[in-house]
Amino acid sequence: MAASEQEILEGLAEIVNEETGIPTSDVQPGKSFTDDLDIDSLSMMTIVVNAEEKFGVRIPDDDVKGLSTVGDAVSYIQKASA
Amino acid sequence: MTTTPLTDAQRVVVTGLGATTPLGGDVPSTWSAMLAGRSGVKVLTEEWVDALPVHIAAPAAVDPSEQLERVEVKRNDRSGQFALIAAREAWAHAGTPDIDGDRLGVVIATGIGGVLTLLANYDLLVQKGPRRVHPLAIPMLMPNSAAAHVGLDLGARAGIHTPVSACASGAEAVAYAVDMIRSGRADVVVAGGTEAAIHPLNLSAFAQMQALSTRNDEPERASRPYDKGRDGFVLGEGAGLVVVESMEHARARGATMYAEIAGSGITSDAHHIAAPDPVGRGATRAMQFALKAADLTPADVVHINAHATSTPTGDVAEARAIAGVLGEHAAGACISATKSMTGHLLGAAGAIETIATVLALYERKAPPTVNLDDPDDDVKLDIVRGEPRTLPDGPLAALNNSFGFGGHNVALAVRSVDQ
Repeated sequence: MAASEQEILEGLAEIVNEETGIPTSDVQPGKSFTDDLDIDSLSMMTIVVNAEEKFGVRIPDDDVKGLSTVGDAVSYIQKASA
Repeated sequence: MTTTPLTDAQRVVVTGLGATTPLGGDVPSTWSAMLAGRSGVKVLTEEWVDALPVHIAAPAAVDPSEQLERVEVKRNDRSGQFALIAAREAWAHAGTPDIDGDRLGVVIATGIGGVLTLLANYDLLVQKGPRRVHPLAIPMLMPNSAAAHVGLDLGARAGIHTPVSACASGAEAVAYAVDMIRSGRADVVVAGGTEAAIHPLNLSAFAQMQALSTRNDEPERASRPYDKGRDGFVLGEGAGLVVVESMEHARARGATMYAEIAGSGITSDAHHIAAPDPVGRGATRAMQFALKAADLTPADVVHINAHATSTPTGDVAEARAIAGVLGEHAAGACISATKSMTGHLLGAAGAIETIATVLALYERKAPPTVNLDDPDDDVKLDIVRGEPRTLPDGPLAALNNSFGFGGHNVALAVRSVDQ
């Protein structure tokens, strides 16, 4: 059963909060992981690994580099889980 | 060694104390429990314990999750969590010194480092595969992790170090910090040790060495240094850190000086990988070097915080070495074996015992050694039993001994300070 875009955003925001302490309300589709949320590459990997488990998807390391905004990650996860 | 007296820029004093231990989540609670002769040893309740010969340990009195932010807990090995808690307490206790980070150092030792992170991630690898290994596993499990995280927390840029000398590590860190200040590399250093190794693998491994007490039915009576009934040490966890700085620097900022780390002696046995030299040659030389470096004589020593882990051979070897070093003045020094209450915190032990030694001189009260019902005939020393012992007025000097598997010997000479 594929999750909706909103469900993915909420789930991702929870993971980001859990791993970095950034408030869930700051995790919005237009936000850049590095420039806006100040998430470094290692923290990004912890988010990716948790998102893979939560949404039952696989996000290869090469694709992680292309996910610059929260919206990018949401779309990627939605496509991968469709 | 030293023929000219040290200047105030070379004398190194302790201006802050921090700890989280089996006796309490900070220094005041740890120290009051020590003076009250309370034991931090418990029967473990984890399900894995039934399969082991040893069912007891001395866990931290306060879980680090109660003292840290959730994300800090996630990003630090348990040993790093303890270190952060102790460092923040020590830093605040020192009055939050206003100092250029280029002049601030961190030296935090550990015996085993991030072993809990290592083992947990190995379990993840085996059970769930490589993708589930934590991306921060390496920064959490590396032995310098706690020191590096504390360095980040305080903005320390004068150098971060992690001495690893088994159960002598924590004292070696304090000695290293003194050298950093004397050599001009730093004005202030946060130094000590941390350990979080209560895990069935470590307990099994130490038990296989016959190093641990198996007094499972009497946990609070299990750690009994110098007693005829002692049968090994009790594994503890936690951290102890001190803030040290030159006397000149401390005076300039009006800091309270709790004691002076007047000298250190570091030697190695070259005898056996785990067993102590039976006549304590290395321990003897370490104590002699520490006294000489501090310009002290055996007659000056009123108190010793002994290594005394409650193992059959180690306690006696150290007691003989102390008696030999002090000679006719041995009767003038009262000995405390605080591991009788804290258990043995491995790489943190020497640091927590430095704190106990500093407070003993500052408050002129030597903590008791508990569970010493029937002293070993080979221990011919004045051991503090039952109640704390009041130390005399006037200038005081003490030694803190720490020894480690591998044949490491560290003695610190601590002196009282007139403010």
